[in-house]
Amino acid sequence: MYRYDAVDKTLVTERVAQFRDQTRRFLAGELSEDEFRHLRLRNGLYIQRHAPMLRVAIPYGLLSSAQLRALGGIARRYDRGYGHFTTRQNIQYNWPKLEEVPDILAELAKVEMHSIQTSGNCIRNTTSDHLAGVTPDELEDPRPWCELIRQWSTFHPEFTYLPRKFKIAVTGAAQDRAASLVHDVGVHIVRGPGGDLGFEILAGGGLGRTPIIGQVVREFLPREHLLTYLEAVLRVYNLEGRRDNIHKARIKILVRSLGIEEFRRRVEAEWERTRSSGPRVDDAEIARLRSFFNPPAYRRLTDTEPAAGKSTAFRAWYRYNTTAHKVAGYRAVYVSLKKPDVPPGDVTDTQMELLADLADRYSFGEVRVTHTQNLLLADVEQEQTFELWQTLERAGLATPNIGTLTDMICCPGLDFCSLANAGSIDVAKLINERFDDYDYIYDLGELEVKMSGCMNACGHHHVGHIGILGVDKSGEEWYQITIGGAAGADASLGSVIGPSVAKTDVPETIARLLEVYVEQRRPDERFLDTVRRLGVRPFKERAYAAPVAA
Amino acid sequence: MPRRLLRDGLIVHDEWFYRAEAQDDPAAALILTLAEWQSGRDAWIARGGRLGVELAPAHRVEQLAADLPLFSLIACSFPGPSEGRGYSQARLLREYWKFSGELRATGHVRSDQLFFMARCGFNSFEMADADLQDAYTALSTFSRAYQPSNDAGLALKLRRR
Repeated sequence: MYRYDAVDKTLVTERVAQFRDQTRRFLAGELSEDEFRHLRLRNGLYIQRHAPMLRVAIPYGLLSSAQLRALGGIARRYDRGYGHFTTRQNIQYNWPKLEEVPDILAELAKVEMHSIQTSGNCIRNTTSDHLAGVTPDELEDPRPWCELIRQWSTFHPEFTYLPRKFKIAVTGAAQDRAASLVHDVGVHIVRGPGGDLGFEILAGGGLGRTPIIGQVVREFLPREHLLTYLEAVLRVYNLEGRRDNIHKARIKILVRSLGIEEFRRRVEAEWERTRSSGPRVDDAEIARLRSFFNPPAYRRLTDTEPAAGKSTAFRAWYRYNTTAHKVAGYRAVYVSLKKPDVPPGDVTDTQMELLADLADRYSFGEVRVTHTQNLLLADVEQEQTFELWQTLERAGLATPNIGTLTDMICCPGLDFCSLANAGSIDVAKLINERFDDYDYIYDLGELEVKMSGCMNACGHHHVGHIGILGVDKSGEEWYQITIGGAAGADASLGSVIGPSVAKTDVPETIARLLEVYVEQRRPDERFLDTVRRLGVRPFKERAYAAPVAA
Repeated sequence: MPRRLLRDGLIVHDEWFYRAEAQDDPAAALILTLAEWQSGRDAWIARGGRLGVELAPAHRVEQLAADLPLFSLIACSFPGPSEGRGYSQARLLREYWKFSGELRATGHVRSDQLFFMARCGFNSFEMADADLQDAYTALSTFSRAYQPSNDAGLALKLRRR
């Protein structure tokens, strides 16, 4: 993985000093609430329902074991012993003290981490495919490009006060595991007409209260122009994006109001006139960045069948929680953070430390965060998966549910977030209580349930096969349900099935939707595909056919 | 009491006047609004003194392009702490239009923004008097940077390579 050089170290250290001074000035009354808000937000610090919330950047979701161990230590010393992984591959602490945040940042800096630009109206953490570098369906490893974008976007002088936040996702594989179509900018590594590798650039995707799927701005961009082209997109947005209404300030609104043709024309014109003075990607720098992502020292192995003859529990885990690796004899292993009685994405200090040890023992000392709020050990020898499973199982980290109904994406909701209208963690709990029969869950197959506690859509509900949105109805928590959304290469937005339902009725409503699927599905058809084939109507009719029994 | 500001890394007295401040001094160096400039262009040229113009965030740099050689100063205003268009205006003025005169940030300018402003090409900053001392050190908050910059006037060569 990428390791800091003297420049990176200096910048992060100077940032700690800067933020320490800003915090001091705020506490001394030299900065107003509003002025400090703009500064702390560019450092991942929110003032939340109970306490500040600090979001720490995990660039493209990649962690060393030392970093994960440090995150565990911070959870214990400065928080209440746990952290929460997010849909943008970051980690959040829910209980830090404002005056201790500079110390946390200093701890992070020691392991080459920071919280720079994890919130605020600036370029956020660049996210990517959690299977980057190990997946068989990849054209090229996107991580060197992510790192390039990370550096370029860090303290970018022109784009630190944008109309609204700006999220970039980069993928290099056939399957889109980074939800790049619902990002402000999606960068896809593609092969050009001449066979060279370059980029397809998309813009204007996003969720929130106005969900929109991103559109292609440029089909093929030669790789040396990546940064100048991103600057052109951002400059058009910075100058022309709306600043008068926070709900209309994302780039998706600009793209939609101009139309993709006109937006493209403006970006191309801006790029033509300024590309010569912008930052070119030089080959030496790319070679340097690539060198950090060379494959680890894999052993020469052959594929085996580790599940053969083992217990049902291990076989289920192996089937659902591990996935194909491009190198023979290896497997990528998901660490499920979706244990039924734990808030989705939460992990304790000791679990983090254990996972750091397991990464050292089984996976070349690295751990990845997925955008579905799980962790991944990317390079595990197939023959070691059984031993690894036994340890994960004991630690409550082997719930065999990846890609199934109970592998829900879930925002912190009303329990923590000051924006939320309704709880999401408790709804996840109700769903887990209702659906605890794994035979049934496995029979349902691939199913993505995504839940947000408000229309800001941190839980990506629009692109869930089943989406659940918390709404406030005269002070009560109600839930609007959508079906047919998807986040991958075939991204689509879900359709609302009808009036929102009470919290306690959410599990039964989902059960009814699933009944229709089980009755109507064709062989090997996913829930999503059945919805796409039949439309919303039969699902809606069943969901509201009779009142839910209390 | 003339205004003090930070210019090229030094705290100096401002020799420029906004129109409302200039009284009747015919030789005063004047900063006009874009509307003032556009409505009386020929008269302002005939006047002979040094001219500057202040752009609001919504103004496009292109509205001035043909006239740039006539100005010794361009100011970009930042009405509030979240305003960010001036950063792009500055880069365009320096990099594309090759404006080499004084580029001034006005309005809500606090030390925390100076580093970014300077790297976009601003070389002078109108700030509250109380902030000026901090401002000087704010220009060197970071000793390195990942991006190329337009702050040659401050002699900061921070880029990685």
